[in-house]
This record gives sequence, C-alpha cells and structure tokens, in this order.
Amino acid sequence: MRRRNRAGMWMVLPLTIFTLIFVAAPLLYMVFLSFASQSSSGFGVEWKFTLENYKRILDPVYRNTFYGSLRLAFSTTALNILLGYPFGYFMAKLSAKKKKAAVLFLMLPFWLNSLIRLYGWIILLQKKGLVNEVLLRLHLIDKPLKILYSYPAILIGMVYVLLPFMALSVYSSAEKLDWSLAEAARDLGAGRCYAFFTIIFPLTLPGLFSGIILTFIPSMGLFFIADILGGNKIVLVGSLIQEQMTRGNNWPFAAALAMVLLVVTSLLLGLYKKLTNSDVLEGIG
Amino acid sequence: MKNKLIELRNLTKNFDDQQVLKGISLDIYENEFLTLLGPSGCGKTTTLRIIAGFEEPSDGQVLFNGIEISKVPPYKREVNTVFQKYALFPHLNVADNIAFGLNLKKVEKSVISQKVERMLKMVGLSGFENRDVTLLSGGQQQRVAIARALVNEPKVLLLDEPLGALDAKIRKQMQLELKKIQREVGITFVYVTHDQEEALSMSDAVVVMNNGEIQQIGTPTDIYNEPENRFVASFIGESNIIEGHMIRDYLVEFDDFQFECVDKGFEDNEEVEVVLRPEDLDIVEPEHAKITGVVRDITFKGVHYEIMIETEKRMYNVHTTDYAPVGKKIGLLFGPEDIHVMCKMGAY
Amino acid sequence: MKQMRANTKLQNAYLAFLFFLMYLPVAIVILFSFNESKLYVSFSGFSLVWYEKLFRDSAMMEALKNSLILGILSCAVSAVIGTLGAVSLSALKLRSKGVLEYIAILPLMVPEIILGMVLMAFFYMLKLPFGMLTLLIGHTVFCVPYILVEVKASLALMDPSLTEAARDLGASSWRAFLDITLPLVMPAVASGSLLAFAMSMDDVVISIFINGPRISTLPIKVYTQIKTGVTPEINALCTIMLAVSLTALAVFSIFRSHKKEENRDEEQIDRASEPDQEL
Repeated sequence: MRRRNRAGMWMVLPLTIFTLIFVAAPLLYMVFLSFASQSSSGFGVEWKFTLENYKRILDPVYRNTFYGSLRLAFSTTALNILLGYPFGYFMAKLSAKKKKAAVLFLMLPFWLNSLIRLYGWIILLQKKGLVNEVLLRLHLIDKPLKILYSYPAILIGMVYVLLPFMALSVYSSAEKLDWSLAEAARDLGAGRCYAFFTIIFPLTLPGLFSGIILTFIPSMGLFFIADILGGNKIVLVGSLIQEQMTRGNNWPFAAALAMVLLVVTSLLLGLYKKLTNSDVLEGIG
Repeated sequence: MKNKLIELRNLTKNFDDQQVLKGISLDIYENEFLTLLGPSGCGKTTTLRIIAGFEEPSDGQVLFNGIEISKVPPYKREVNTVFQKYALFPHLNVADNIAFGLNLKKVEKSVISQKVERMLKMVGLSGFENRDVTLLSGGQQQRVAIARALVNEPKVLLLDEPLGALDAKIRKQMQLELKKIQREVGITFVYVTHDQEEALSMSDAVVVMNNGEIQQIGTPTDIYNEPENRFVASFIGESNIIEGHMIRDYLVEFDDFQFECVDKGFEDNEEVEVVLRPEDLDIVEPEHAKITGVVRDITFKGVHYEIMIETEKRMYNVHTTDYAPVGKKIGLLFGPEDIHVMCKMGAY
Repeated sequence: MKQMRANTKLQNAYLAFLFFLMYLPVAIVILFSFNESKLYVSFSGFSLVWYEKLFRDSAMMEALKNSLILGILSCAVSAVIGTLGAVSLSALKLRSKGVLEYIAILPLMVPEIILGMVLMAFFYMLKLPFGMLTLLIGHTVFCVPYILVEVKASLALMDPSLTEAARDLGASSWRAFLDITLPLVMPAVASGSLLAFAMSMDDVVISIFINGPRISTLPIKVYTQIKTGVTPEINALCTIMLAVSLTALAVFSIFRSHKKEENRDEEQIDRASEPDQEL
C-alpha cells in the first residue's frame, strides 16, 4: 500500500505542480489584483489595498454594462431554450439511424472554429449579403436592412454559437428517458400535452438546466461576438475587461470585473448543483 | 502433520471508521484446499487481499513460512491470485497473458513458450496461444486466468469467487476441474466464496466467516454436521434451530421434552441452541413420537418432499420421501445422533 | 395515427430547418472561397485565386505554422500531464485529490475571458516574455482538462483488478502502468489529445491576451482580419482551417468508434429493451 502511494505520488506531481502554478495561482492572483490600486503613473499596479475597483463597478456607466451583458445573456438563453429545447427533444425521438446522423451534425460545430461560423453570418448579413438579397427579391423590403453591427446581429451570433450546447444537453437528457412512462401516462388517460408537461418535461429538466448554464455562462464572456457582429458599438462586460486589460491598462479594475463575473457564474453553477443534485453537466463528455 | 504455510495472527482491518476484520487468526497448511465462506461483506475477500498483499492489515501479523510479510508488496510474494472477473489483459493474447509474469522475471523465451504450452495443456486449452482473450467464453477466460497464475509456480493460489460469473452448468464442471488441478500441482489453494455448496464439495477445510469474525473452522463434514453456532447452522444448509437447555451431559430439553443426545461438555442447565437438519427428521404416526404436529404445507422437490409441520411451539421443516396430506396429524422422529447442540450466541 | 405522422413530419422539418441554419454560414464561407469575384452576392465562377493569394501571404503562413506548432506542443505536454494525472488520481486514496481534480478542470468552467486576462496578468508578474512560451502554457492550461476527463472516463470503465493482477504477477507499479494501464487508456489519450488540439486551433479569446506583440496564431489572424472587413482570402483561410478540424474529427471518431466496439454487446441489449418512442 505504502509503495503504491509513493509511485502514485510521483505520477501525480506534474499535474499537481502545473495546476497549482498555472491555474490556482493565477486565479488567486486575480483576487489580490482586484483589491489593488492602479499605479498613479497610469501603468502598472500598486499594491495598496482598496475597494475602489468594486465601487467603480457601481458607477452608472459600468453598471449599465453589466445590465446590458445580463440582458443579452438572458435574451440569448431564452431564445436558446425556445429553439434548443424542441431541437434536442425532437432529436431524441428520431429513429436510431437518423439519431446517429443528427448527433454527428450537432457535435460537428464544436469542432469547427466559431469565428469561421460567425464569419459566415457577416457575409450573410451584410448590406449586400444573401439575406438582404433574398428579402429584396421577395419584395418583403424595399431597401437593404442594416442588420450587421446591431444588437440583433449580436443576438443572432450568440444564439448561433451557443445553440448546440443547449440542444445537446436537452438531447442527452431526453435520450435517457424511459418512453414507456409517457405511454403509461397516456394509457392512464392523460392527453398528449398533459403527458408531456407532467411526465416528460420534468424528467428532461436536468438537461434543460445544464443547457441554461452552458449558454448563460459563456454568453457573459464571449466578447468577440459583440466585437465582430456588433462592430464594438455595444459594450459588454467581456469587452470591457479586454479593453481595461489592453487599452485602459487598469488591471485591478479588470480583475474586479472578472471577480464579479466569476461570482455570478459560480452562483449559477451552485444553483444548478442544488437543483439537480449533480456534479456533472448533462451533455458534456 | 502437514507444515504450516501461512499464519494469520489476530488480523484487524479498518476502512475509514468501519472495522471489517475483527481479529482473524488462521493457520493455512501446505497442500490444502481451504475455503473462506461467508455472506458478502463478511471480510473474506479482505482477508484474501491481505494475504495477496493488496491491503495492509490495520493490526496483526501475516506469517509466510514463519516470516512476517504484511508489509511486503504483492509482486514480491510467492502467492498468485485468480480474480473474480479474471482480470485478463484485454490487449494481450492468451499466450502473452500467461507469459506476463515470466516475462517480468526475464525468463528465457524458449522456456516461457514451453511453460505456457504446458499450462495450456493442463487447463485444457492447448492450441489457444494466439486467441484474443476478449473473445473467449467465461469458462475459457477462467482457465486462462488460472494458467496465468499457476505458471509462476506460486506456493499458494488465491481464488476470489472465481466461479461467480459463470453459469450453473459450467460452474459445476469447473469445481471438479479446480479440485483436479489443485491435486495435480500440489500447492495450497485459498478459495473465497459465498456459495456453501461450492465450499463443501471442494474444500479440505472450510472457514466460515461473518461480520469480520471467524465463526467456525473445520472439515466440510464437521461444518455441516456439527455447526458450532446458530449462524453456521443457518448459513450452511437448511435447519430447524430450537432454543433449549442441557439438563446434563447427553441429555437436552427443548419444546418441553427431554431427549438423549451425543453432546457433552456443557454446564448443567446451560441455555443452548439445538439444530435439527430437515433431512434427519422422519414423520411417523403421532403415537410413536414425543413431538407432534399438523402438516400445513407440502411441496414436491424432486427427490424428496418438503413438509412444513406446525407443532404446539413452532414450525418444523422436514425433508422426507414419505408423503403426508395437508391437515394430517403426525409425529416427528429423530435419534440422539440427529440432535446437534450448540452454544447459544448473540443476535443473529 | 395520421395526426401522429403529421406531427413527426413537422418535427423533422423543424430539425432540418435548424440544421440548415446551422450549416448555412459554413457552406457560404466555403462556397465563396472558390468564387472568382470579390463580391458575395452570386457565384460567378470557380477559381483558386484566393488560395493562391493566401499561400503567398507570408504573415498568414507564419500564423499557420505557429498554430500548428502550438497545437501539437500543447497537446503533447497536456497528454503527458493529463494522463499521468488521471491514472495517479484514480489510484490514490488521498483526501486532497478531489480538490486537485476540481482545480485541474476549473479551466473548463471559468469563462475564457477571465482565464485569458488572469494568465496575462500572471505571466506579466512572472516577467515571462510574451510569445510562444506563454501561448504554450496558456493552451496547456485549457487542454489538460480535456485529456484528464477523457482518460478518467476510460479508467472508470477499466477493471481495477487488471493492475492488481499485473502486480500480483510480479510487476512493480511503474511496470503495471507501462504494460497494462497505458496501452488500455491509449485510445482515450488519443481522442482527448485530438479534442485538445481542436480547441487549441480554435482559441482566440485566451490567445489574444497572451500572444504578445510579435506572435500571431491563425485564429487571431482571422479575428483581426474579420474585424477590418471581409475578403474572399479569409474564406480560403477559413476553408483550410475547417478542413484541418474535420480531419482531426475524423481521426477522433475512429478512436472513439474503436472504443465503442468493445461495449457494443451491452449497448445492443440496452437498445432492445427500449420501447418504441412515440408520444
């Protein structure tokens, strides 16, 4: 026993060292950084304890950024539920052969660079792009819509990038369903809708919850979507952090923003664990 | 007398806060087929794993040929194990699986292939060298696992419920074969099982365990005929267990009657428990017996009938070839040698 | 019955439509990379002119080289760290192992932007020169969890008595690892590495914080180009990247299907017990 432990010790060292130095330490560093002050010279950090960075977040400009990000995240998540729940649920009901293909096509986007997929939308949505062209030809509009570099464009991009997560989570929950439960309910006289909402829906909740987590958390931080499709007009927390790190050079403030973002995400993860009593997110791995 | 090979002295083992072994002391002799028998969670597998070296005892000693080995890692012990689900290496073929231990000892290639061939012959799998182990049947995998362990010429072979995953028919056959192999190689087998029939039919010695303690050590016949306590009696075979007391040596009282018996050495008037095996009981006309009752249920079991007889005090289970209709009043007959008196013990 | 059919048809149409929307942008990107004209309205003729232009762009080629080196190196380093880690974590009975595991997979749960900024600040504090080294460390940070998770899952399916059997037959724990555990988890290591490789080739958010002024990766190049406007040259670049990802995926699924093959029997039994699915 003791010998096995010693050998195991040796093998666990690389992971331990790497994790402690490059995952734990940087995150810890961020915590300290968020309480430090920006150097008076405007560059670098002064290690003087302050709560100024957190107070600054309450400043209307930044508070509104947070609200804006939250609103976008909520809208993205809501749209994802509307589109993705039926997506995953219908997929689970496909025949085995079709199901296999559908899962493959749903997984594929995870492997394809999201930038490239967003780039496709730029081409589609631009003034002389395909969407406007089709709408014009159908005489639904008289002059090209200006969709690109607007809020709807960001929303489209967000939903587009995150939809596979939602669909896959719901799917993996629905796939495990014991369909005979629904049949039993129908056998006992439940209508189609009633059977769905009393039997099927509650059983797919874990998948839905994990889908919500998997879309909500990233949508708070995906600054590049707003950047590409929104033309930097709409500032989100993510973009704000990036700006403070690169142009603004106020790292302590960026750290404070990140801390708040992190707390929000962990609260959500905690809530998820509470709701589902599970450590693992459905649809991952 | 045979030589002692392994001595376990007062072994205890704690997992977290739970004590799974509560002082196991046991001698294992050369050339012996010894079985650790008990329900799941009784500590039999833990005992085996301590002998193999996979677990270190919390306290106590393991002596091998008189030398303390409880801190010696498994790969330095002269014991080998056959695992419950065989644990054949799926990425190696049959021959490479068997040769695994010899390769580690840097045995010459030609010697290895010779030994592998001999082993395969012994377990009846000649010509299987290049087969994929994952495609073998359960019984065949079992044989490979045995060959893989025996090729290292251990002094002791440990078998952890090796037949558990096989179906009943192959199981029977493997029991016979294991016994044959043990006689052929002439080493000690320590066998773990929860199946009492398996234990009784194969072993030279049976160790009945429960709750981390040894209940009884003895030959299969002793264990069956002279159970030392209620647990052993009820775990092995079916039995009627009746509370009573010893009047004096060779005389026991239960169900308000006194019976002659062959047991002695108890204190006068000591509270005891009496075992009556169902197959030792006979049904007779009521006037020929002390205990009488009414047939409540009769089931045909193939060779015999199982009859449930309700007497004034309790329900008796009787196995007999005689038929008696439900509702008939009958007497229960048994001789002094059919009565097994045991010490009364705690709650089981 | 008829109503049920119609329902199923409607559901299938919905799925088809969403899949269409999902792949339309990708198809557009690929299609227009072969378009002769610089305009995106209609396809005027097949041409490889944009690919030629791309291959003559030395900055682009440099970025491609960087991305490939980075992907392969971070994959290799993570494979070693992740595999050793997963194997030892499963063998150890330490109390602290849960904590270690939790921290190790944190990079999968923390928003990328936070990971990026935190690493940037941290590397700056350590005075590491921003460039290939920082990129390598950064990518390894988020690649390790993928391999760790994959290998752990495959270890969970492995019979623990296999390593015990090896040790029983005379193998030291290191030999047991080399001869038994490693060959058996190899498919998981490979599939985890490919997943990690794909993630490394995909990453913009973290890279952009830690690449430094002189080094660029392909995704960063694409990102900055897209921000300045659309040209068919990017389409060509994107198409090449898609091809690389798809190749990685194809190899990945070969490893996966190999693994599944072994469990097929049990799965079939599961399938058979499922009733028809109709609601």
